[in-house]
Amino acid sequence: MPVPYTKLVIEHFKNPHNVGEIEDADVKVTEGSPACGDMLTLYLKVDPETHVITDVKFRSYGCASNIATGSIITDMVKGKTVDEAMKITWKDAAEALGGLPPVKVHCSVLAADALHSAVEIYMEKTGLVKEKQPTTIEKVFQKLSHVINPETGIDIVKSNLIKNISIKDGIIKIDLNIEPDSQFAENIKEEIIERLEFLWDVKEIQVNFMK
Amino acid sequence: MRVYLDNATSTKVDDKVLEAMIPFFREYYALPSSQFAHSYGIEVNDRINEAREFIATKLGASSPEEIVFTSGGTEANNFVIKGIAYANIERGKHIIVSSIEHLSIIESARKLQKEGFEVTYLPVDSEGLVDLSILEKSIRDDTVLVSIQVGNHETGTIQNLNAIGNIVKGKGVLFHTDAAIAWPYINLAPSNYGIDLMTISPHKFHGPKGIGILYIKRGTKITKFIDGGFNEFNLRAGSENTPGIIGARKAIETFSEDDVKKIKRLKELLMENIRKDIPDVELNGSEDNALPHILNYTFKYVEGEAISLRLDFEGIAVTTGSACYSRNLQASYILLAMGKTHEESHGSIRFSFSRFNTEEEILYTASKLKEIVEDLRRLSPLGKE
Repeated sequence: MPVPYTKLVIEHFKNPHNVGEIEDADVKVTEGSPACGDMLTLYLKVDPETHVITDVKFRSYGCASNIATGSIITDMVKGKTVDEAMKITWKDAAEALGGLPPVKVHCSVLAADALHSAVEIYMEKTGLVKEKQPTTIEKVFQKLSHVINPETGIDIVKSNLIKNISIKDGIIKIDLNIEPDSQFAENIKEEIIERLEFLWDVKEIQVNFMK
Repeated sequence: MRVYLDNATSTKVDDKVLEAMIPFFREYYALPSSQFAHSYGIEVNDRINEAREFIATKLGASSPEEIVFTSGGTEANNFVIKGIAYANIERGKHIIVSSIEHLSIIESARKLQKEGFEVTYLPVDSEGLVDLSILEKSIRDDTVLVSIQVGNHETGTIQNLNAIGNIVKGKGVLFHTDAAIAWPYINLAPSNYGIDLMTISPHKFHGPKGIGILYIKRGTKITKFIDGGFNEFNLRAGSENTPGIIGARKAIETFSEDDVKKIKRLKELLMENIRKDIPDVELNGSEDNALPHILNYTFKYVEGEAISLRLDFEGIAVTTGSACYSRNLQASYILLAMGKTHEESHGSIRFSFSRFNTEEEILYTASKLKEIVEDLRRLSPLGKE
């Protein structure tokens, strides 16, 4: 069948691994929402002594790339320590799938984010991390490195699309090197807001397009 | 089994249409505009004239000169929106379109806005119908054009053209309707509805791609859009797509009311099966005022691209209003304009039928659809109380 996906993506999409729930999970985390078109719930079971992930399950509301990434990333983390799991990126997952079409790369980010959030929560719960830090420009850049330009499949930080970022009184202002009438402007704006709105000290996010 | 249920995007060219076109590659390859130069041109010109007359008669046009051929529906719509706005600038700079028009209308209107024209985008209700009182209130002294489609290409909802025509003509404003997806499934003559301009797209009913038909009522002021020679009554320059014109004519000739009856039955069959077998579905559009060949459902708790791809693995071709499928990663603006949520739009699937579909294909589709939706729902975190 001539579809724009690799064989491996199709296999994982048709028969995803690790689907379901863990009743006594240590962490359950949901990323995305049905409104944005992709949503993924991840369950982790971690060995309290070794911090090794002993079981992982997921459920996905999403397109083929989202389902396939959920499937492969859960395969990848099983048996890893939480520290090792934290280092697995969406890029690793996409590569493990034999690549994704650029316009679909953003769908794979969600599964990686769910994994990182789950590990973060686990670390907070078990006292492996310190208390809340205020949001810095570096932190915003790090978050925005997960926002993918659908045209190229490369994140907006790496592709130099960020002109300026400022933070003042809980308001983050982001100027982008993207024409306001670019077909992906709305999508990129939505993704940026989704990445940042959950930061504890952020009240408002302003995204400006300019060229 | 392979089942093509994406006929609202494009259709299979009928064999009779293809056969009629072939001589216009092999023998009648001269251009009709060469009629004063040689007999090759005269021979082709006679046949193009016959096709134009045939189409004019079919549409109840008062003369063949009211029929202009373009490269397709998109060009015809661009021509109308921009050509009418430019030609009538001394009357005013305001046009009205519905918010669920084809992108060729919406984007043309947006371009005019950048050039200083004003555009009103009419809202629609939950079934996709334009609110007539808002239409009436929106027409101003400087309004030069109202463009409202016959039926919608995603949901199939048919507008109340009679009432719209009365309102628009009552105010003395030009009325364009985009019938690209609707005609000849809805067989209407423009003059009966006060229509000044109407777009027809033959590849939607087994004609070839690359040809559009624009009905322009005699006396309508419109600015030429493609510049060059004096073809098409000096309204549209460019070498005539003679095989396309002949193919369009043949597609109209071979389309029959029996096709519509058959397609209606197929649509009803799929609806019955979906209602019977799949819970938590929602019809997008209107049950009563709908094109016979378009059916749009939202399957709750699952995403449309996943459904369409899984259907494709089973040989079944459909489309979705999901953002994940669209080129700009935005949910269908048509479903959103109807007040549907993003979630409803992401889970929407459009099935569109043609006379080449069979009952067997529909039953196969219904059974595969049931399996796939159940399967994806098992995978989904949603809908589990």
